[in-house]
Amino acid sequence: MSLTEKDKAAVKAIWSKISKSGDAIGAEALGRMLTVYPQTKTYFSHWSDLSPNSTPVKNHGKTVMGGVALAVAKIDDITNGLTALSEQHAFQLRVDPANFKILSHCILVVIASMFPKDFTPEAHVSLDKFFCCVSLALAEKYR
Amino acid sequence: MVEWTDFERATIQDIFSKIDYDVVGPAALSRCLIVYPWTQRYFSKFGNLYNAASIMGNAMVAKHGTIILHGLDRGVKNMDNMKEIYAELSVLHSDKLHVDPDNFKLISDCLTIVIAAQFGKAFTGEVQAAFQKFMAVVVSSMGRQYH
Repeated sequence: MSLTEKDKAAVKAIWSKISKSGDAIGAEALGRMLTVYPQTKTYFSHWSDLSPNSTPVKNHGKTVMGGVALAVAKIDDITNGLTALSEQHAFQLRVDPANFKILSHCILVVIASMFPKDFTPEAHVSLDKFFCCVSLALAEKYR
Repeated sequence: MVEWTDFERATIQDIFSKIDYDVVGPAALSRCLIVYPWTQRYFSKFGNLYNAASIMGNAMVAKHGTIILHGLDRGVKNMDNMKEIYAELSVLHSDKLHVDPDNFKLISDCLTIVIAAQFGKAFTGEVQAAFQKFMAVVVSSMGRQYH
């Protein structure tokens, strides 16, 4: 399910509206993920505070959205654009790729709650495909 | 038996008391048909599903969306008995409608998005967790009678 030109345009369009709130979206999505899917907390046992608005969660949400911004910038070749991140996740972080889908879902829920008018079904399908591509790109180096 | 906390019970009752079934049902089903187009395979008799605009304007889709929400209502009113409550519907979806049970999760995700859009900030992480737990039980109950 690769991105059509229409998908890329839709992703760029909604990204231009939401990117200013990138840090807030990332923090909210990550905090939400830790609450809704408690098994994901296992990856963050080294954090002092796993509560939704804590400093580590906010900082890491920002980091994650930085990765999303990179993927938007490299939307014509996400796989190659995210090589470094894929290697990091494969060899150092070793996050089970099933979790990429979980975080993607949380990001979409946050976008829907913060931008209900912009998150139309058309925007939704393109963003969903985009996050699938990002997840695949992140898992690329795993094996 | 599923254990529900007081917060989870209250949250589910609260959400479903605040949504218009005639709006949320059609919105969730049409979003599902648009975001996951392969789900259209079950609606070949519904006429024009050619693009997002036709899906969102399709009266049969809207009517069916409302029916689905009323189906969820059964679970809302019988949270301690959902396996039994959904047994008949599960058999129907398996034996007569031949719906792949993986699709239940897809429409559940679309409904979560629609609810999030309506409730905004009020749809906190804890509320989302309760709602998704409820939907997970519905989805599990709906898949249970498949054989």
